[in-house]
Amino acid sequence: MVSNKPWTAMTDSSNFSNDGFQAEEGATRLIPDDQGSERTTPDPTRHPDVIAAEAMNQNVYHDTVDYGAMSWTGDTQQEDATVAAAPREMAAPAMPARRNVGEDGGGGGREAEEEEVEEEEELKYGAAHVIMLFKPVTICMLVVIATISSVTYYTEKTGYLIYTPFHEETDDPGSKAWQSIANALIFMGFIVVMTMVLIALYKYRCYRVIHGWLILSSLLLLFLFSYIYLGEVLVAYNVPMDYFTVGFVMWNFGVVGMVCIHWKGPLKLQQAYLIVVSALMALIFIKFLPDWTTWVLLGVISVWDLVAVLCPKGPLRVLVETAQERNEPLFPALIYSSAMMWGVTMADDVPRCDGGDAGGFSERWEGEAEARRGERERRRQERLSSSGSSGQQARNAVRVLNATQVDAGSAAAYTCSSRSRRAPADASSASADDEERGVKLGLGDFIFYSVLVGKASSYGDWNTTIACFVAILIGLCLTLLLLAIYRKALPALPISITFGLTFYFTTSLIVQPFADRLAVEQAYI
Amino acid sequence: MTLMEFFGCTFIGFGPPLALFIFTISGDPLRIIILIAGAFFWLMSLLLSSILWYAVVPLREELAFGLVFSVIFQELFRFGYYYILRKAESGLKKVSDFETGAGVIHDVITKHSIAYVAGLGFGLMSGAFSLVNVLADSSGPGTVGIQGQSDLFFITSAFMTLCFVFLHTFWGVIFFHSLDTKNYIGVGVVIGSHMLISCLSLLNVRELYAASLVPAYVVMLLMGGWAYVTAGGSLNNVKACFTPRSQAFHVY
Repeated sequence: MVSNKPWTAMTDSSNFSNDGFQAEEGATRLIPDDQGSERTTPDPTRHPDVIAAEAMNQNVYHDTVDYGAMSWTGDTQQEDATVAAAPREMAAPAMPARRNVGEDGGGGGREAEEEEVEEEEELKYGAAHVIMLFKPVTICMLVVIATISSVTYYTEKTGYLIYTPFHEETDDPGSKAWQSIANALIFMGFIVVMTMVLIALYKYRCYRVIHGWLILSSLLLLFLFSYIYLGEVLVAYNVPMDYFTVGFVMWNFGVVGMVCIHWKGPLKLQQAYLIVVSALMALIFIKFLPDWTTWVLLGVISVWDLVAVLCPKGPLRVLVETAQERNEPLFPALIYSSAMMWGVTMADDVPRCDGGDAGGFSERWEGEAEARRGERERRRQERLSSSGSSGQQARNAVRVLNATQVDAGSAAAYTCSSRSRRAPADASSASADDEERGVKLGLGDFIFYSVLVGKASSYGDWNTTIACFVAILIGLCLTLLLLAIYRKALPALPISITFGLTFYFTTSLIVQPFADRLAVEQAYI
Repeated sequence: MTLMEFFGCTFIGFGPPLALFIFTISGDPLRIIILIAGAFFWLMSLLLSSILWYAVVPLREELAFGLVFSVIFQELFRFGYYYILRKAESGLKKVSDFETGAGVIHDVITKHSIAYVAGLGFGLMSGAFSLVNVLADSSGPGTVGIQGQSDLFFITSAFMTLCFVFLHTFWGVIFFHSLDTKNYIGVGVVIGSHMLISCLSLLNVRELYAASLVPAYVVMLLMGGWAYVTAGGSLNNVKACFTPRSQAFHVY
């Protein structure tokens, strides 16, 4: 009924189990999220009492879910409320998002207050989250810049990837242009195909294949590429080292990395390894992609990121939603997480059952999961019979989901957590909250940020490098701001890469001559 | 020798700003964001002035033209940044209040501290742009002044950069405060002194370093004093700062 809008993509029948899950998992979140939707599309016709009534309905609903004794009456009540709410919600004009609470209904009283508290918390975590991502992104970029400017290996062209059949060896700008575009498109096509394969494997639950694939690629990165890296650094600094030591170092480095990324380990160590992996990958791209292909590819891939994350059937979106639907963490080898990761909890922190898919959740959660699964099934049956009424609920659910979403794949989105869930009745929410706090950024974003900055620094001009660096960070800031507003998985590449590319070209072509003249004449502006 | 010069100039130019960053900015996420946004605004002002400089081909050799317009653009962007920050202020206040409640170590973000951070952002970026490439060259092979020029090039550049980082910081505080209190003299003084120091730095190319460095540092000290008073400082504060803590308790 409303599925033509991208943010309500999950209303078709194939996703009913989906919103069933969300409604349950996100039960405590329904209330704030409903208010969140109020806030973004303030509807003056809506009386606060109505909101309160709905909130109560949802409370009833939420309680029944949480105690595992879901009653049919409770459920229908909920359905009624949503049916009642749906037309109004949909009729609400797409007004610009207003974050101001007071304008909501006049005398919203308690709701307004609560919302304000929530908003404050949001801002607080917002700033901290931005920094939580600034740090790793900065470290990754610094590693790449330092390597590029000290190790010549990564800037000299010795070969090319097979995905880029044209090598831009002519001087003719025209043929350079088409070659780089062709290269970028081929490369892009490859990425698209691989993403599709990943999605297909995930859809059909071929976890072993995916894990094998990821383990193989991280094995390659952690052993082979870091071995090459180590060798080149040693050459660059003229340090002799015997094979025994190298073997010892590489073995320990690689094995610890594999354990941290794919199994468990301290969060800091896992983050460090993910940064290293991204930096190595970025260096590989910088070395083996022809110059102009890199720039075109960066542009193309940010467009792809936009499509893949935001389109209703975009692959990364599908991946994220499927993961949510199955209540699983996404593969830790693909995402940097600023806080505790579901799949890779600290061993000493959380009591952990090592069983199957839901590894990392607390025991309590595990216990409840079985009951919830049953509920979900029942609800799905019911939903199918009472078709049509689920639009609003699905919509809520989408929002709920989005607020807590994890991001996806290689070139990916990232999200903010849902925070400030006030529902003291819900016992499991506390542990869930701890796990959810934190922002997630796909490793692909790290890689392409670093490729941009590294490529900029490979021409030896520090001003350009700094300009790109600041532009990318500001882009990241803006994306996080949008994230706080929309509360759904967003592509992290487009804004940052656009800023980065703009500042790269303008700085290297226009600003640099000016800054050079100023520096040479020691004129200060 | 080149390596020594490289490190010396780096620490002259960026040591004090780095210390400021570490001790006053780095602990607070919000300040880091304001700092980087300030840097970005400065970058955009530089971009605009370079576009102008690049577009007006006949005057490309006359640096004075580009320089004057660059100063104007910078002050315009400072105003724009001021405007945006004031728009966002209520949100920022909430955040800082909240965080103090949560026990994060920092004071409530005042208007002055926002101004200071924004100014430092401007300063750091301008400092980076004027010195980083010079530093990169200074470490490389070569001898300064081998063809009869002054061998003071690097060290004067470093000192000038340091002066500008501080000046931007102070200008930020004064400028924001003047706009807050609708005291447009302060705005005028900021723009005037910026123009003055920038134009004086044109003398550097004739190696009249004393004519640019000395006024620059004098103005910097004056601006520093003014910014200090603006932010609520007084001589007593300085004295209290240097008195041992126990005595200070006796006095008060």
